Amino acid sequence: MKRSHEPIFWSLFGAGGVLSALVAPILIFITGIIAPIGLWMPEQALAYSRVLDFAQHWLGKLLLLAVISLFLFHAVHRIYHGLHDLGVHAGTGAMVVAYGSALAGTLIAAYLLLAIGF
Amino acid sequence: MAQVKTYVRPMRGWWRRNPYFVRYMIREGSSVFLAIYALILLVGLWRLSQGQAAWDAWRAALTSPISLLFHWLALLTVGYHAYTWWKVAPKTAPDLRLAGRPLPEMVITGGGWLATLGASALIYIIVRWM
Repeated sequence: MKRSHEPIFWSLFGAGGVLSALVAPILIFITGIIAPIGLWMPEQALAYSRVLDFAQHWLGKLLLLAVISLFLFHAVHRIYHGLHDLGVHAGTGAMVVAYGSALAGTLIAAYLLLAIGF
Repeated sequence: MAQVKTYVRPMRGWWRRNPYFVRYMIREGSSVFLAIYALILLVGLWRLSQGQAAWDAWRAALTSPISLLFHWLALLTVGYHAYTWWKVAPKTAPDLRLAGRPLPEMVITGGGWLATLGASALIYIIVRWM
């Protein structure tokens, strides 16, 4: 029997599910709502120099890569399987597009984090 | 040859027939918002790599009404995902045992909700004051 690749994608889906359940609501709240409108979050909290310092630190790089990559892998897994629920019987092509775009996002994030330097 | 006409039950809009399935679709639909949010962060990282002017432009774009609306919807749906993720954790997590007994479901679910609250408070404190 051909080995299934589902365990790999399910692991990434699960890891992204845990990470997003833990931190996604607060991250969306901070970066997308309270920081832009300046409520309960000072202007300089997300100032260029401060965020750059974070992105140049190895731990900051690791956290940023984990958030972007695992959120994407979690999401494309659900979107890919959700197509069936919407009556779209997606084949291998959709699967390659789904997981391929999450992989592309991961590689772009890794490249940018390296380009930002240490 | 004549086409055999078998009745096929229409499935269009199946999930709107039952509140349970509506909640299921909201939970699964949260992933679309999560994916877009991840892409917004990825663009932010790209703009950060281009320097201060680009970063400030990214921040300015996030103050637009359409961006705020998106983030409110993302907060609601992804928040619902977080709620349900821990709700089903007793069924999806590995068999967790304490002194030979399975952990009560409410301990796993409640522990997850507390972990989300704790992580959220920690991140807020770090971003705001540290």
